[in-house]
Amino acid sequence: MTRSKRIAGTIAHRSAILVYIVVALFPLYWLLKVSVTPNDLLYSEGVRLWPSHASVDHYLFVLKHSDFPRFFQNSVIVSGSTAFIVTILASCAGYALSRFAFRGKYWIVILMLLTQMFPLVMLIAPIFKMLSPLGLTNSLTGLVIVYVAFNVPFATFLMQSFFDGIPKDLEEAAMIDGATRFRAFSQIILPLTLPGIAATLGFVFTAAWSELLFALMLISSSGVSTFPVGLLSFVSKFSVDFGQMMAAGVLALIPACLFFLFIQRYLVQGLTAGAVKG
Amino acid sequence: MTTVAQHARLPSDHRPFLRRLATASEPWLYSAPALILIVAVMLVPLALGLSYAFRDVRLLNPFSGGFVGLQHFETLASDKNFARALKNTLFWAGASVFFQFTFGLILALLLDRPFRGRALAQALVFLPWAVPSFLSGLNWAWLFNPVVGPLPHWLTALGIFDAPTNLLSDPQNAMWGPIIANIWWGIPFFAITLLAALQAIPRDLYEAAAIDGANAFQRFWSITLPFLAPTIAITVLLRTVWISNFADLIIVMTKGGPADRTQIVASYIFTQAFRRLDFGYASAIALVLLLLLMAYSLLIVLLRQTMLRRA
Amino acid sequence: MASIDIADIRKAYGPVHVLHGIDLSIHDGEFVVLVGPSGCGKSTLLRMIAGLEDISAGEIRIDGRRVNDLEPKDRDIAMVFQSYALYPHMTVAENMSYSLRLRRTAKERIAAAISGAATKLGLDALMARRPRALSGGQRQRVAMGRAIVRAPKAFLFDEPLSNLDARLREQMRGEIKKLHQSLGATSIYVTHDQIEAMTLADRIVAMNAGLVQQVGSPLDLYDRPANLFVAGFIGSPAMNMFNGTYCANSAGPAIEVQGGTRIPLQRQHQIADGAAITVGIRPEHIPVGATNDAGIRCKVELVEPTGLGTILHIRPFGTTLKAFTLNRDVSGSDAVTIRLPAEWLHLFDAQSGQRLP
Repeated sequence: MTRSKRIAGTIAHRSAILVYIVVALFPLYWLLKVSVTPNDLLYSEGVRLWPSHASVDHYLFVLKHSDFPRFFQNSVIVSGSTAFIVTILASCAGYALSRFAFRGKYWIVILMLLTQMFPLVMLIAPIFKMLSPLGLTNSLTGLVIVYVAFNVPFATFLMQSFFDGIPKDLEEAAMIDGATRFRAFSQIILPLTLPGIAATLGFVFTAAWSELLFALMLISSSGVSTFPVGLLSFVSKFSVDFGQMMAAGVLALIPACLFFLFIQRYLVQGLTAGAVKG
Repeated sequence: MTTVAQHARLPSDHRPFLRRLATASEPWLYSAPALILIVAVMLVPLALGLSYAFRDVRLLNPFSGGFVGLQHFETLASDKNFARALKNTLFWAGASVFFQFTFGLILALLLDRPFRGRALAQALVFLPWAVPSFLSGLNWAWLFNPVVGPLPHWLTALGIFDAPTNLLSDPQNAMWGPIIANIWWGIPFFAITLLAALQAIPRDLYEAAAIDGANAFQRFWSITLPFLAPTIAITVLLRTVWISNFADLIIVMTKGGPADRTQIVASYIFTQAFRRLDFGYASAIALVLLLLLMAYSLLIVLLRQTMLRRA
Repeated sequence: MASIDIADIRKAYGPVHVLHGIDLSIHDGEFVVLVGPSGCGKSTLLRMIAGLEDISAGEIRIDGRRVNDLEPKDRDIAMVFQSYALYPHMTVAENMSYSLRLRRTAKERIAAAISGAATKLGLDALMARRPRALSGGQRQRVAMGRAIVRAPKAFLFDEPLSNLDARLREQMRGEIKKLHQSLGATSIYVTHDQIEAMTLADRIVAMNAGLVQQVGSPLDLYDRPANLFVAGFIGSPAMNMFNGTYCANSAGPAIEVQGGTRIPLQRQHQIADGAAITVGIRPEHIPVGATNDAGIRCKVELVEPTGLGTILHIRPFGTTLKAFTLNRDVSGSDAVTIRLPAEWLHLFDAQSGQRLP
């Protein structure tokens, strides 16, 4: 290849990357821009890339005079508990799938794959009917139970892939050194899986943080609304206050982005483990 | 030297019953909590939902609950909205997957080449994947909104729109709104998966091909594509199923409107259950959707079998 | 230290049988090497002794005590893995002390045990390091150290040297032998490398296809291989094999090979006249002489210098044979004379592959 051709290729390559970056970031940038645009400039400076003066008024209002702090707190509680419980259950189940050859294993895998295949929206009505007599609608506990069940299969496959990456020799060495299988699991295997556990926590947290449909169906009082439900009802109620909505949107984005940076290294493993999951 | 009767033929070994039970149950103990939860919160409702399809279950009517046979399905057969939702689902899934895959593959190929700042570029272009789906829906709805969003103005300036109107309220083209949001949100998924597959291709194959005199396009055609084919096939097929069921963006952006023009089957089910609280009818639609998806999966399996047999 | 007795051990994974009944008695303090090609069942046997694989049938006793139902942790054995299996999140000292800590040994005794082992293996300077920061040879030493701190009843080695380069392998081989001499511990060592087996073993157990082929001292197996498998497996370069017919005529017993050449034998064998037999002779046992010496004349086809001497490829009667000679001045197209001395010939039944009595 000639020199000039190579340089042209490089320029084309970098420009293409740049286009992708701009497209990926532009919507988020616009969210941020509107959220710091004072109301009086919102309409007069509609398509300007940055308002002539910025303010954090919308944020202050959202934090002080709206229900969003409570929605935020509810979402943190729900996503945090879901992530925590799922990770424990999935570690155990993933370990069993990774380390034991047993009758029924095949069927467990089939069962878990099936749960990833059928449309969850099918379950909205029956789950509502089941939870309501138990007093688990309009309750964060009910939401956690549902989210845990939905996320366990994918998290199990993810944890299994992490366990598969740890040589079996290590536990065998520990068992010869005098450890029971459980002790080998907890003292040798678990510490080595810590990065995987952290990634699973991150994936499940993000998934629970984003869930909308079941939260909409199961939650109707604003006191136990999660962030998506709160934001959506805010949108339908006060659909003129764009600045405040977008400020709230930016706030909802923060935990998700933090977890994204945190699990970035494990994206591939996460996506292949739950190939059918988002 | 300790000796035992070296040639004694021993009967096959039987461990004590309790010990064998303990060994056999160990994996089940590890997986039981997860399994119980899956069965209770997913399989039981699934079965329940299937039974609703043949019953009159309306939340607001305390006297409902009776068996109605195939009545829901008869209604469904003449339900124009359902027919349109089916068509919309095909368009929604087909267009979304096609563009997600195309742009995802290009992005993966771009990122497969080492350059300075690749890690940062990668983090930035994958960021949309981390945006919660409801938020990307809202975000795009706002971008299409002529009051706060720039897109209608830009599209007008480019001559694509006659006037800065909201795409989402145009019955003819509203479906493109959620599809564009979905493409933006789903490109990273394909890019990440395909990038991983690309990086698993042994580099010396490219070197060997280059020495054999293959140009860049020939190398892509004869090495990259065949290696990627299995990954492409499996992700595209699974993703199609997933996206057909993915109603979040539509519910957030258009609620199926205007005039049900953007309703897909999944969002139609949700609307029936959530807004009209008609669980029976919602479950009947869900059952049909499930059957269609099963038929689709079966088709894929058969296709794969024939392809394997031919190979 | 302990003896290990293995009686009619069998292993099957469903319908696939990998061990067909192994009997073996290992004396207290003995160094036994299980050797064979990959897939012969030697590692499975070792793992069954360790308790890592269930025993399908048969019995294993350590020091007279039946251990079939004992967990690995209760068998009081130590094992060195091919991958070393060092705990990556523990330092060298922690790796070595883990078994003692699990047994709640007193701190002072642990310290004494690991410092003793460290000195013996030259690991003193590395005790605070993690396995990641060690070279392959050092990791191997730590794996050995982890085994010896506990003074177990027996040591099991599962191809411990196969991940090292040739030079280190040779060095560690010597160290393992020295260690065994100073500890005198019962050891079972699995390898596919017949040189390791020859150099280390008190007794070699040659295995193939799930069966023990021969048990004996290294020189036993070398000098009197019981069958064709052992004959071909032990020794490098491998033993030459060629086919012939047994002639028990009046002129004295002999083998007739392709082309009618007769090789005289030392004595009569209990096999019918005209029976097909396979003859083996080691390359180093074929004397190579100049053209005008007595013997079979043949041309050199290929010369492989080894430094010490030369391996010659020759074709005296239809089969290519290798002959090892200390003469380094043989070149490609020379003609030489070889002899096949009767005292060095190994005769095997061509059908059964067993050594002729």
